[in-house]
Amino acid sequence: MRQAAVDRPEVRSVRAGDALRFSLLGDWTLVASRLLENSASAIVEEGRSARFAIIDLGGVSRLDTAGAWLINRARQELAEAGVGVVIEHARPEHDILLEEAHFRLFEAPLRPRTNPVVDFLAELGRSVYTAGREFYLGLGFFGEFVSVLGLILGRPTTFRVTSLVYHIESIGLGSIPIIALINLLVGAIVAQQGIFQLRRFGASSYTVELIGILVLRELGVLLTSIMIAGRSGSAITAEIGSMKMREEIDALRVMGLSPIEVLIVPRVLALIVALPMLTFVADMSALFGGLFITWTYGGISPAAFLSLLQEAIKLNTFMVGIIKAPFMALVIGVIASMDGLATSGSAESLGRQVTSSVVKSIFMVIVMDGLFAVFFASIDY
Amino acid sequence: MTSQALSVGPEVVIAVRDLVVGFGDKLVMNGLDLDLYRGEVLGFVGGSGQGKSVLTRTILGLVPKRSGKIFLFGRDRDALPLEERRALEQRWGVLFQGGALFSGLTVKQNIQMPMRENRDLSQRFMDELAMLKIELVGLRPDAADKFPSELSGGMVKRAALARALALDPELVFLDEPTSGLDPIGAAEFDELIGTLQETLGLTVFMVTHDLDSLYSICDRIAALAEGRVIAAGPMETMLASEHPWLQAYFHGVRGGRLSGAHAAQE
Repeated sequence: MRQAAVDRPEVRSVRAGDALRFSLLGDWTLVASRLLENSASAIVEEGRSARFAIIDLGGVSRLDTAGAWLINRARQELAEAGVGVVIEHARPEHDILLEEAHFRLFEAPLRPRTNPVVDFLAELGRSVYTAGREFYLGLGFFGEFVSVLGLILGRPTTFRVTSLVYHIESIGLGSIPIIALINLLVGAIVAQQGIFQLRRFGASSYTVELIGILVLRELGVLLTSIMIAGRSGSAITAEIGSMKMREEIDALRVMGLSPIEVLIVPRVLALIVALPMLTFVADMSALFGGLFITWTYGGISPAAFLSLLQEAIKLNTFMVGIIKAPFMALVIGVIASMDGLATSGSAESLGRQVTSSVVKSIFMVIVMDGLFAVFFASIDY
Repeated sequence: MTSQALSVGPEVVIAVRDLVVGFGDKLVMNGLDLDLYRGEVLGFVGGSGQGKSVLTRTILGLVPKRSGKIFLFGRDRDALPLEERRALEQRWGVLFQGGALFSGLTVKQNIQMPMRENRDLSQRFMDELAMLKIELVGLRPDAADKFPSELSGGMVKRAALARALALDPELVFLDEPTSGLDPIGAAEFDELIGTLQETLGLTVFMVTHDLDSLYSICDRIAALAEGRVIAAGPMETMLASEHPWLQAYFHGVRGGRLSGAHAAQE
């Protein structure tokens, strides 16, 4: 039976006058790792002192390309040191390997030397350029989207209602549990902090006002948008991106269909419909979370909470949040679809696009929220 | 050798006995026997969905088997302690159908990966070995620092073969090595496998659909149908077989044309 155990490579040297005879024993294969390399360098070290060296392969039980390479390299290095080398008793199959792995120099690939400062500046410039270009392309894509939307309005019978309903279900209905849960928690946290901090001024009843305004104006819509950008924006990018990778987008185009009309309009419209509804769910569960904590932790009864809330907020407080939602949806949808379409052939590119889509949409959602804050403040709404 | 050893000659590299593999209530392999001899190129054929890849993956240990025995280099795989099994597994290399090169690494780093993980070698030696393998599989040296996404289909196959040969294995599994290559590229790849088999003394297990490969480089062919090997032997055995699937495969429109051409050549 063939043994899996390997004989260690070994070198025995005998000096005869000014010639050295190296007898190689054992397995000269890669299994021996560092030992193999060391045996080969031992030949070179010792061989330098002689005028002639004979490498006797008669005792080698196994040889592979790695071993053959090292023997050839040793021969080359000795030859460079002015030592004549002869290889003896190589078996025919070893000869083939020695020939296959004959020594040659592999030139190192040219790596242009670069200045780190210049590199940094170039990288900075490139990223500024890319950001600008992406914004420009984004505007172009948005224009295309609006024009396709206009075309659909011109012939409303061709509108894909089934697709729209399907996406509203998957984006809207599917997100309700997680949206309700995180907003419940955030409402509760705001309430707890409000009571805890305001109690020192004896103003814990203002907590209700804090919760009402903060949640309805900002937190509800912001958390919902960020959650949807992560949950549905990434899904849209991945879906469209993988369709692009499998040439499904091209298949649509050659059939004379517009991918924007077939794939993107239903998804973006579904986002625009779903996000205000989800924001409403978010508002309600955050208020409920606040009510629960002010009741159990702050000792404000639900009836008192509701009457304080009624005094604190007006319809416009609620509307500010809801008005923002469809705009957030539009931003998320357009960025997600655009990044999906920008996917190129490889799977890594899909991964990059999904990441970039989520990062960009969350960033843009927060920028939009800031712009809306300025806008509502200046119209005094 | 222990009692689990099979009484086969040392020339059998892989022996499969009474193998049963199934998914759910569907049996893909049902009592399959197969031998792979040292130094041969075995072509493995079978209709689509008959489980050619499943058998390869079962031998490699990627798919669990229901029953049966697999002997690697004469030793029962199930009876081996994990460490010895790992050592045996380093004696083979695998070329996956899509190449399965690691996309985040360059070709050179891909080839060095098995060396780096399993052997203790100097960086210089690993660089030299990687470049040697790159030359051996017929890639240009400048491919070394390219990423898999920058390579053409044929180059990916060659780079993947170089990685499969990284540890100088005795046995190489090739899963459809010529699929997706144009006829010229496929013929060149066949030739490469033939040359390497001769120079490195490899044993090759090749799953293929390519009738040209079967004719040009395979010493023996095994055909899979109905969950077992229905015929194994040199091309003449295949051509002489009465089995309807083999008849259709080798005497069909494409196979018939080739067998005619080869008969005319000889």
